[in-house]
Amino acid sequence: MAYKTIVEDNIDVLVCGAGLGGTGAAWEARYWGQDKKIVIAEKANIDRSGAVAQGLYAINCYMGTRFGENNPEDHVRYARIDLMGMVREDLLFDMARHVDSAVHQFEEWGLPLMRNPKTGAYQREGRWQIMIHGESYKPIVAEAAKKSADKVYNRVCVTHLLMDDAKKNRVAGAVGFNVRTGNYHVFKSKTVVVGAGGASNIFKPRSVGEGAGRVWYAPWSSGSAYGLLIEAGAKMTQMENRIVLARFKDGYGPVGAYFLHLKTYTQNCLGEEYESTWFPELQKMVGKEYLDPEASHRTHRPIPTCLRNHALINEVNAGRGPIHMVTMEAFQDPHLEEIGWHNFLGMTVGQAVLWAATDVNPKYENPELTTSEPYVMGSHATGCGAWCSGPEDVSPPEYFWGYNRMTSVEGLFGAGDAVGGTPHAFSSGSFTEGRLAAKAACQYIDDGKAEGIRVSQEQIDRRKAEIYKPMEHYKTYRNEITAGSVNPNYINPRQGLDRLQKLMDEYCGGVTVNYMTNEKLLHIGLKKLKIMEEDLEKIGAENVHELLRAWELKHRHRASESVMQHTLFRKETRWPGYYYRGDAMKLDDENWHVLTVSRRDPETGEYTMEKAPCYHLVGEGEDE
Amino acid sequence: MPTFVYMTRCDGCGHCVDICPSDIMHIDKTTRRAYNIEPNMCWECYSCVKACPHHAIDVRGYADFAPLGHSVRVIRDEEKGVIAWRIKFRNGEKDMNLLAPITTKPWGKHIPQLADAPAPDKKQRDSQLLFNEPKYIRMDEGGLHTLESNGLKMKEGVYY
Repeated sequence: MAYKTIVEDNIDVLVCGAGLGGTGAAWEARYWGQDKKIVIAEKANIDRSGAVAQGLYAINCYMGTRFGENNPEDHVRYARIDLMGMVREDLLFDMARHVDSAVHQFEEWGLPLMRNPKTGAYQREGRWQIMIHGESYKPIVAEAAKKSADKVYNRVCVTHLLMDDAKKNRVAGAVGFNVRTGNYHVFKSKTVVVGAGGASNIFKPRSVGEGAGRVWYAPWSSGSAYGLLIEAGAKMTQMENRIVLARFKDGYGPVGAYFLHLKTYTQNCLGEEYESTWFPELQKMVGKEYLDPEASHRTHRPIPTCLRNHALINEVNAGRGPIHMVTMEAFQDPHLEEIGWHNFLGMTVGQAVLWAATDVNPKYENPELTTSEPYVMGSHATGCGAWCSGPEDVSPPEYFWGYNRMTSVEGLFGAGDAVGGTPHAFSSGSFTEGRLAAKAACQYIDDGKAEGIRVSQEQIDRRKAEIYKPMEHYKTYRNEITAGSVNPNYINPRQGLDRLQKLMDEYCGGVTVNYMTNEKLLHIGLKKLKIMEEDLEKIGAENVHELLRAWELKHRHRASESVMQHTLFRKETRWPGYYYRGDAMKLDDENWHVLTVSRRDPETGEYTMEKAPCYHLVGEGEDE
Repeated sequence: MPTFVYMTRCDGCGHCVDICPSDIMHIDKTTRRAYNIEPNMCWECYSCVKACPHHAIDVRGYADFAPLGHSVRVIRDEEKGVIAWRIKFRNGEKDMNLLAPITTKPWGKHIPQLADAPAPDKKQRDSQLLFNEPKYIRMDEGGLHTLESNGLKMKEGVYY
């Protein structure tokens, strides 16, 4: 092929994927590495890339210590109960103690944060959320990243990390291709911060046909955070911890502002409160430590999100659906009505389009809610991602190996969806994690840890051949058939995605099986994924755009395999409402109050699973 | 919801191609105008709609659940720092205009150039602090929270 090879050499900090995590990394790296070479590689355009591309109407992680609102440990306890105990509290504490400084800078850069006219503090939506006019959140943080970076490579899809040929288990850069020109890009770098996204579209969505793009997490979140890290041999954690969202039906518009600020609430088709009716039975499954409505009422400790999902799912299965969001009261107030609409326009325009198309006026009609298909990610209310080191002054020995947010591969760092065990980071927390990773990456270089990296021409050539193989394969076999998409030698990326979604749905607890799986199903699923991997070697790409989709699919496939392995390993139902292990329907603290950690051997493809201890913060302010 | 492009308004400038996060706005080789090549990978994020200088791009709700006849239009004005929306219902009963700020400052002017900031000293490098910290955490003289300062420790097992 006539594609050029473009080599960018002598990079110090390479940022792969510049959403909120990646922009935070690029920006901060310049301060600690004023003479260092900082480069961004992003498959879209950093002005509108990542999960925050369309904007946000709230910042969901802000302590407000300057207003005396919350301390970092309060946030840790909140995220811990929401995730049924399974979090990395060192990483959460660290993120929470820094996150306010990121938010205060956003305000200085021009991000419109709403203020409470009475107190002068930021306008709270709930205890943790502050309200913003965030349509331009992403362009604003992109400006910051551009100020710091030496070079920004937009439209370069990173497919693989480069590994050091001189020293085992050390990163040496990344490779990818330009999705417009088709050129091959080689980035040789001392450190890499992976800021790539989590995974939408690996479980079959509820929508069909054209609507398949209407997913809760962005369709361009292709699980590349996991595809890149797993392929490099990095250890992963909590990959079983997929998330299911209770959202407005079809449009998946956000409900946070509705519940917290507009004080709307849910009811079944008979107009009854249903949630609490499921709690006694549910308490027997998960134990009083995790579900204690009385204690929650007394202390404002939240009911875990998954358990509220469980009630919704079961109420619908009992024949009392649909579940409605009661908006008719709040929307009588014109001010709240306007907020309700602004909330969608700021971050999920499609929900406004849907209500306009179906004449749903929430002032006179209570809209329907539903539970989504599962998503695999690590920055919203779930914690999939890489097993990373924490900060020296907080982390116990099992959680610390030298550099904050460094994965188990030397010189390879993560931020946002890439870091495991840190749910409830959201946009501001992901940006903060990027900053922490960037500082640590600069320290790693300054400590001389990146000396003597060697990348062989063989590795560069091998990756190149691998990247373009789908196009070669297509060219070879296309003319064996007259026309059309049916070919005995290849499948196209869309066909592959359909297969992945169907098997993840049916064997790994998707929406059509009511989020149910078990050991037998998972074994079959893994077998099918293995065979699918053979077909992925024969995927055909007609053009460079399809090549992008082919590599997104490969990343999604690898992420799915990891999810399947982790789900198989954890023999309990830790998060009813996210998924169920039908053969182990109870939460089992005796055996499974641990974090799951996996490593896939890049040579053999074999997975090693282990349990890592779960450390908790104990001390003042304990609310139970 | 999936975007589409009006033939008479598009001049093929490619702003939408440049901005689309999903890489689905492409220029048609015959008409030399933009179009959505993959509607089922469209997130209705409106990035292209906002970027189009000719307002040539619009959105028609997903065919699998949205009936025809609605409209959600937008004008994003970077100079004025505002975004204006108009939502029209299918049955014509609701027609809303909504305005929101998108920034409070001139673009990029208030973001510091960190290459020119005073270089951090060794003490700062060895500390847990980030740029502008601890000042920016609480906007006062308070320090960074640590386990010690907050009377906490990390302990293995279940303690809550």
